[in-house]
Amino acid sequence: MLAQQLVNGLMLGSVYALVAVAFTFTMGILKFLNFSIPGIFMIAGMFTWAMLKAGWSLPAVVVAVLALGAVLSWIVERFTWRRMRAGDHFIPLVSSMAFLILLENLVLVAWGSDQQRLVLPFQSASARVGDLVIGVPQLVGLALAVGVVWALDLVLRRTRIGRAVRSIAEDADTATLLGVSVGRVVPVVFVIGGVFTALAGVLFSLNYQQASPFMGEEVALKGISAMVIGGMGNIWGAILGGLVIGVVETAAIHWFGARAVDIWVYGLLLAILFVRPTGLLGGGLAGGRA
Amino acid sequence: MSGYLEGVLVLLAINVILAYAAFLPIVAGQLNLGIAGFMATGAYISAYLTNAHGWLPLPAALAATVLTAALGLVVAFPILRTRGIYLALATFAFGQVVVATILNLNVVGGASGYPVAAHLGFPVIAAIAVVVFAAIYWLFHTRFGLSVTAVSDDELVADQMGLSVRWLQTAAFTIGSAIAGLAGALQAHHFSYIEAQNFNVLLSIYVVLYVLLGGTQTIYGPLLGAAVFTLLPEVLRGSAQWRYVIFACLILALMTWRPQGVVTRSLLRRLFDWRRPAPEAAT
Repeated sequence: MLAQQLVNGLMLGSVYALVAVAFTFTMGILKFLNFSIPGIFMIAGMFTWAMLKAGWSLPAVVVAVLALGAVLSWIVERFTWRRMRAGDHFIPLVSSMAFLILLENLVLVAWGSDQQRLVLPFQSASARVGDLVIGVPQLVGLALAVGVVWALDLVLRRTRIGRAVRSIAEDADTATLLGVSVGRVVPVVFVIGGVFTALAGVLFSLNYQQASPFMGEEVALKGISAMVIGGMGNIWGAILGGLVIGVVETAAIHWFGARAVDIWVYGLLLAILFVRPTGLLGGGLAGGRA
Repeated sequence: MSGYLEGVLVLLAINVILAYAAFLPIVAGQLNLGIAGFMATGAYISAYLTNAHGWLPLPAALAATVLTAALGLVVAFPILRTRGIYLALATFAFGQVVVATILNLNVVGGASGYPVAAHLGFPVIAAIAVVVFAAIYWLFHTRFGLSVTAVSDDELVADQMGLSVRWLQTAAFTIGSAIAGLAGALQAHHFSYIEAQNFNVLLSIYVVLYVLLGGTQTIYGPLLGAAVFTLLPEVLRGSAQWRYVIFACLILALMTWRPQGVVTRSLLRRLFDWRRPAPEAAT
């Protein structure tokens, strides 16, 4: 029974983990909390629902939604980070909040506030390992999350653009002096973040077979907590933090009931912030450094 | 006065009070994303005192303000150890914990909400909003106001000049929480019903947006911000969603072309004080 709870927690946590990676990526590099992420997550979920309903095939839906996430995130960059360089430090935060409000209400205008049920083109499957029931879509989601983070880690450590990104994370001004074209690298950071967020949205809506205009808020708040718990700016930390939050959440439901979940999850966040603000794995991009 | 107009004006008064709750910490360099938590604290304390102990609404609201201030002071110490984005996240987490705790307190109705019997009408709430504004006006014409403004302009220099930045930040945070508690109490007593779920992080975010858009350089910014964003949706007819779409576009436009907010020191100087080159302590 306990093992099953742990499995459920890890599955839930894998969704938080992907969102946390998107948060921690912009946080680690640009030092700004990108509140448009819940909006893009929600848009991805809603478009997955709408396109599947319109009869698109699943691969086409995934590609289209990831592209949409990339484009949206690129637009967000134009209005947030680009503006920060000229003015106050809180501008990107405020503008990204505006994007969340904008996206949420545009979806409300288009499709109303109802929660939508996804009709899947495949049977929802689960595997049995001994007594444990493991959802196959969730398992695929977790594997995908670890896979893309591994790829991202590799890109950051081995490639030219990865080196540029890390140098900006360390010090944007010095990076500029050393010939890194900050204005060209940062949009790439946003596009990658947008694709991650959209991927999380697609996986979430497929896993739980639902999408709603408000789906971004709850998951994003947990994603932010996961980012802090793992260590801000640390992509592996984000994965760990997501899994920790997922397990804490299922454990809290198991022992204290659904209403007590927030006390434990955000209490944990508060405790980490007070005791070890750099998180479990330490802050800094691509692990270890800074 | 029609019921509709009164409803809008009450909302305006409460939002103005809330705006100052967010304004004080922001001026001291802290983004408090837990305003809703403090608001919920005030609302529930005041409601409980009137419902369960038969207090009159005004003394209850006052007691709620004092108790919320005490809570603010207690959490200010650990929270102000963090800085920048960590501080914003700590206040956010704190707000979530407060609301979740209330949700589990069955003595105040838990998740099913809490009806409030004692009623406060528009005149009282409007008067309290005026008093709050007057208090802020007075506060920012004292040494405290000047010091806080110095901290917001440049924390390092303020520290070098011998100001106790830490003390100022604790004070600003505590007063801000107290004001948020007051606003919560007033809301509880006017709308006769409170639900913990409504004091969510989006509410905190909206309040912060009012303030940043109005401008944080002077005490008139939050007033204008709260007024515009309470009244604008009423003026813009049509569905609530379109109002928010326009609201969001307005924020983006403002942040792009006027990032310091609408009301700035130089604007006030140009409007009211153009003959004197040196600015008075316009704060």
